[in-house]
Amino acid sequence: MTELFGIPLSALLSQLLLGLVNGSFYAMLSLGLAVIFGLLNVINFAHGALYMMGAIFAWMGLTYFGINYWAMLIIAPLLVGVFGMVLERLLLRHLYKLDHLYGLLLTFGLTLLIEGFFRSFYGVSGLPYQVPDALQGATNLGFMIMPNYRGWVVVASLAVCLATWYVIERTKLGALLRAGTENAKLTEAFGVNVPLMVTLTYGFGVALAAFAGVLAAPILQVQPLMGSNLIIVVFAVVVIGGMGSILGSILTGLGLGVIEGFTKVFYPEASATVVFLIMAIVLLIRPAGLFGKER
Amino acid sequence: MKLSREFIVYAALVVVVMLLPALDVYPVFVMKVLCYALFASAFNLLIGFTGLLSFGHAAFLGGAAYAAGHALKVWGVPTEAGLLIGLVAGALLGLVMGALAIRRSGIYFSMITLALAQMLFFVFLQANFTGGEDGLQSVPRGTLLGFINLEDDLTLYYVVLGIFVLSFLLIFRTVHSPFGQVLKAIRENEARATSLGYDTARFKLLAFVLSAALAGLAGATKTLVLGFATLTDAHWSTSGLVILMVLMGGMGTMLGPILGAFIVVALENKVGDIGMFLGKATGIAWFNGLGEAVTVVIGLIFVVCVMSFRRGIIGELDAWWSRRRAARSTAVARSAQASAE
Repeated sequence: MTELFGIPLSALLSQLLLGLVNGSFYAMLSLGLAVIFGLLNVINFAHGALYMMGAIFAWMGLTYFGINYWAMLIIAPLLVGVFGMVLERLLLRHLYKLDHLYGLLLTFGLTLLIEGFFRSFYGVSGLPYQVPDALQGATNLGFMIMPNYRGWVVVASLAVCLATWYVIERTKLGALLRAGTENAKLTEAFGVNVPLMVTLTYGFGVALAAFAGVLAAPILQVQPLMGSNLIIVVFAVVVIGGMGSILGSILTGLGLGVIEGFTKVFYPEASATVVFLIMAIVLLIRPAGLFGKER
Repeated sequence: MKLSREFIVYAALVVVVMLLPALDVYPVFVMKVLCYALFASAFNLLIGFTGLLSFGHAAFLGGAAYAAGHALKVWGVPTEAGLLIGLVAGALLGLVMGALAIRRSGIYFSMITLALAQMLFFVFLQANFTGGEDGLQSVPRGTLLGFINLEDDLTLYYVVLGIFVLSFLLIFRTVHSPFGQVLKAIRENEARATSLGYDTARFKLLAFVLSAALAGLAGATKTLVLGFATLTDAHWSTSGLVILMVLMGGMGTMLGPILGAFIVVALENKVGDIGMFLGKATGIAWFNGLGEAVTVVIGLIFVVCVMSFRRGIIGELDAWWSRRRAARSTAVARSAQASAE
């Protein structure tokens, strides 16, 4: 058996894969946060709660209505996206003129509300969700055994992230979005319906979170508090990467997931804290973040 | 003249709190409120008077609660030393966290404090001295200055009240000092404060450390009152709770955090009863479980406060009071003008 630093290579690679899985969740969530922050100047604390809603909707769809995983992968993000757009229209919209802190506080309150609501129905124990039939089992890649579902999560999230990058950086719609991020007033003066764009952007950002939630449902515990611990790590990821660049968010998310995975192998005690430690170091060396611009 | 009227209000409040045990109010409840009121007032020093939203203040409350609890229980230090250790622990944590967090401003500052506090939470979860998920149980209260026995609730009550009043006076003095004026200048316009020659980073750090130290004192006192320190103290939800206390009471007011702390602590204790009552009154069974879902109520209040009540209760009262005064003085001026003509 091949070994690296005294640890079997296959164990190392399976941790690498696990890290990539977590990293893809970080990437999708921090990407959504960055897109929302760019246009709305709101840090969406509720992102974790909406990710949880995606997972719980997947579970509810299967349990109550018999809707399978693949359908929920589309339906849950749509539902959560619509829910997000309603929140934006009813509540968030009224805070844009104020200090950015109020957006954070409002979404924090919404997080408590959403989590508490689901907790009053489902408690805090995990709800079981099966891996869909097509992705059960594992594939022997020769150098390691890869559980199919984990591979799928990484591929699907990467595809969604890159598609998002393509739309924002390479299409007309994305150009309008970038223009709105740069200067909302001027964009509006050119006849673009910026308020509508803001609503749709928020809806898209939270739909991304819900998509991550559905992906997570079969491998992580589906329970009302699953989002709140994740969102704090994602905040650290955002501080490390800076919110200036789409590809930067994706890379930082994946990279930190991998580092966390390796920490689990070499020094498990620090696996929960390593991302925060890296954040502290980045703040000392490059306060604006790896891909951020000093503002 | 205005200052003395303010002091009369404070003095009257202290007298009322002193008399509460005689009115059969449960002393431990009031002590808990006082601890959280101190915590919230310390937090208000940052958000209300410096304009910094820390999302990690639970780290100071929790860290100091553990430090004081460990010192009292394992090292067996005298009570006053335990409280001091809590205060110093809060200040040291504040120095490290503050030095990192003030490197970014605005929304990033909040995210960094939240992340660093979460890191400490995991450290407390894994460390040996905290007792993990069980927390630090049966911490002795000991004796103050070697002869005042604190095992008696009533004696401790007046000690806690004393700690609170002294800390409150310190905050009052800080806010009304030249240092406090600089903090307010930073809150209003940091760039201008810098251009006036103030090293704003140092002022912010100093305010952060002071706030953390007082939050630490609150945590240590809370350990003394309740006899235990648990992970809940260091959890991010506690950071959210203290924000709510200050937001609901009124940011940047002296009495707001105290009122907010009272309402939130009372709500946490009583929300189950209210839910039972609503369940009985409306026949909707869901209300019966409201006690389990305190977070829903807290979240709802949060949303209402942010959407339509941003000045908080005391802030709204202040605004109403000054509007009324303004209206009255214009009325007086107008009638004076009319009689002159």
